[in-house]
Amino acid sequence: MEKEILFQIPSLYRDDFRIRGYRFGQGKKALCVVGSMRGNEYQQIYTCSQLVARLKELEGRGLLKEDQEILVIPSLNPSSMNIEKRFWPTDNSDINRMFPGYSLGETTQRIAAGVFGQIKDFENGIQFASFYMPGKFSPHVRMMKTGYENVEKAREFGLPYIVLRVPKPYDTTTLNYNWQIWETNAFSLYGAATDTIDEESARRLIDGILRFLASEGILKEGAQADPPRESRVFTDRELLAVRSRKSGILKSLVGVEVKVAQGQLLGYLLDTGEGRRIEELYAPLDGTVFFAHSKPLVYANTAVFKLLAGEEPFRGER
Amino acid sequence: MMMTVACLPLPVDETLEIKKNRFCPGNGGNGRRISVVTGIHGDELEGQLVCFQVAKRIRENPERLLGTVDLYPAINPLGIDSVTRGIPGFDLDMNRTFPGAMEGSLTEHLAACVVQDLVGSDLCLDIHASNIYLTEIPQIRINELHREKLMPLAMEANVDLIWVHGANTVLESTLAHSMNSLGVPTLVVEMGVGMRLTPAYADQLTQGIFHLMERLRIWKEEEIPVRTPVVSEDPDEVTYLNAPVSGIFQKKKNHGEHLKKGDEVGIVLNPYTGEVLTSMTAPGDGWLFTIREYPVVDEGSLIARILREPPGCAG
Repeated sequence: MEKEILFQIPSLYRDDFRIRGYRFGQGKKALCVVGSMRGNEYQQIYTCSQLVARLKELEGRGLLKEDQEILVIPSLNPSSMNIEKRFWPTDNSDINRMFPGYSLGETTQRIAAGVFGQIKDFENGIQFASFYMPGKFSPHVRMMKTGYENVEKAREFGLPYIVLRVPKPYDTTTLNYNWQIWETNAFSLYGAATDTIDEESARRLIDGILRFLASEGILKEGAQADPPRESRVFTDRELLAVRSRKSGILKSLVGVEVKVAQGQLLGYLLDTGEGRRIEELYAPLDGTVFFAHSKPLVYANTAVFKLLAGEEPFRGER
Repeated sequence: MMMTVACLPLPVDETLEIKKNRFCPGNGGNGRRISVVTGIHGDELEGQLVCFQVAKRIRENPERLLGTVDLYPAINPLGIDSVTRGIPGFDLDMNRTFPGAMEGSLTEHLAACVVQDLVGSDLCLDIHASNIYLTEIPQIRINELHREKLMPLAMEANVDLIWVHGANTVLESTLAHSMNSLGVPTLVVEMGVGMRLTPAYADQLTQGIFHLMERLRIWKEEEIPVRTPVVSEDPDEVTYLNAPVSGIFQKKKNHGEHLKKGDEVGIVLNPYTGEVLTSMTAPGDGWLFTIREYPVVDEGSLIARILREPPGCAG
C-alpha cells in the first residue's frame, strides 16, 4: 500500500488542506473508493478506513492482484470534519456539487477538479454517500439513470437492493453523475448511518465491496469473499413514503429491513408540550421498511418511513 | 392585505409561515400583477429595504395604484431570522429546491407553495444580494434560454448591468428558472452584499420597479426615468480574479470603478509576517462589477469580476 497526498491547498491559519489516498497495486485502474465529502459523514470515513485496513490485510497475505490498482480516499474534506461542519468551512459550499470541478475556479471547484483529474480514469468508482434527510437506509447500491449505469455490475456487490434514480438538475454536479459521464461504472453505497458509527452497516458494505472485487477478478483465489447474492432492483419512485401530517417528537416502532403488514403501526408523534399522541403512522401496504427517519423531532410532511412493497428475495446475514 | 402563502406547524409551539402583503386598489384593480420576491437566502437582506420602499410609496400614493403589487420579503423566514443562508435544520439552499412538490418534504412543499402563489403574475422580481463575501453593482442576470422574453423588461429596471449567462443545468432548480418555464417572466436582481443594506441601491431598484409598474399599467404614469444598462452577452467579456494564495484580502478598488490594465485591485497579505503575499491586478481595461468584501480568502476564493471594455453609460 502506498499512502500519498492527492491534493493539497496551503492555508494561512490552519494546517494545509490535504486529501490523502491509499493505493494498492499498480497498473490497470480497477477501482476507486471515496469516503466522506461532508464534515458529518462519520460513517462514510469510518467504513472507508475499515476498508483500507481490510485491503491492507489482504495485500499482506498476497491476495490482491498486483497489476490491478485500487485507490481509497477516506475523506475529501478533512477541513470540515475537523471542525464538525457539514460543508466547506469558509463559504459553506458542497464539494459534491462541484464536479467535474474547475482548476482555476473557486476553492471547492479546485478541490473537485484536483481530485477528479486523478480518479476519472478508473474503471469502477464507489462513493459512500449520505442523504440530506436524517435517517437510516437498508444497505443498497444507488445509481443514477444516465444511460451509462451498469446494473449488472451493481449486482456483484450482492447487497439487498439496487436503486435507480432519475437524476435531478442538481445531481449533474455530483461525483457519481460525472463519473458515469466519464465512463466509469459509478456506484453510490448507502448504509444505515451518517453522523453516527454503525459497525454492522460498515461491515456489510465492506463485504459487498469484497464480493465486487472477487467478481471483478481483483482478488486472488483463496481470498474469502461471499459469493454475490441476488439483489432486488427498483427505481426510487417505487418507494412508498409514509409522511407525517403534523410535527412533533417521533417514536419509531420499527427499523429498516423490518417486514411490516398493511395497517401495522410503524410509529407515532407526540405533542412536544403535553406528551400525548397526536398522530399515528400506519403501513399502507405489506412491505419492507427501506428508510426510517432517525431524529427525535419530525416536521410536518416528512417522509418518516419509506416502504418497499412486496416480498424481498434477499435473505442476508442479519 | 397580509396573506399566507405557505403554512406548516413546527414541532415546538410555532408555525412556519411564508407571508406576502398584497396591495391593490379598492375596486380590485385592472388584473395586472407584479410580484417582488426576496429573502430566499436568509443572509441576503438588500431586498428588505426595497420591499419597504415599495410598500411605503404605495401607501403614500394609493391613488396611483392601478393593479396588484404582491410583496414577499421573506421566502425563507427561518433563515432570515437566524442569520442562515439556507433553510435552517436542513442546511439546504432553498434556491435549489424549486419547483418543489406539494406532497413533498417541508422544503419541497414550501417551494411548491411559493411557485403556485406566483403563477399569474405579469412580472416577478427575485432580489438577491450576492452573499456575505462579494459586493455587486445592481444587475440583472438572465439565463440565455429566456433572453428574448426578459431582455426588454430588464432594460427598464434601472440596473447598471444585464448579464446574460449560459444555460446551466444546476440552475434549473432555481425559483427564476421555474417561474420562467411556467411563463411568468422573472428577473433575478443581484445587488449589494450579504448581511448589509445599501440604501442607494435600494433607491435605484425601487425606482426601476415603479418604472416597470408604469410600463405594465400597474402604476399611474409618473414619468420615472431609468438608466440604460450595460449588456454583457459574451462570456469571454467577463474576467474572474481568484485568490492565488490563502490569506487576508484587502481591496484597493471599489466596485463600479473603471480599471486600466495593471491597476491593483487588491492584495493578499500575511498578518504573521507583514508580507504582501500577492498583488492582484486588472488583466486589461475593464469595469469592476464584483469585488470581494470578506477579507479571509482561501486559494481559489473569488476576488473580482471585471467586464472587459469600459462602458460609457454605466455608473
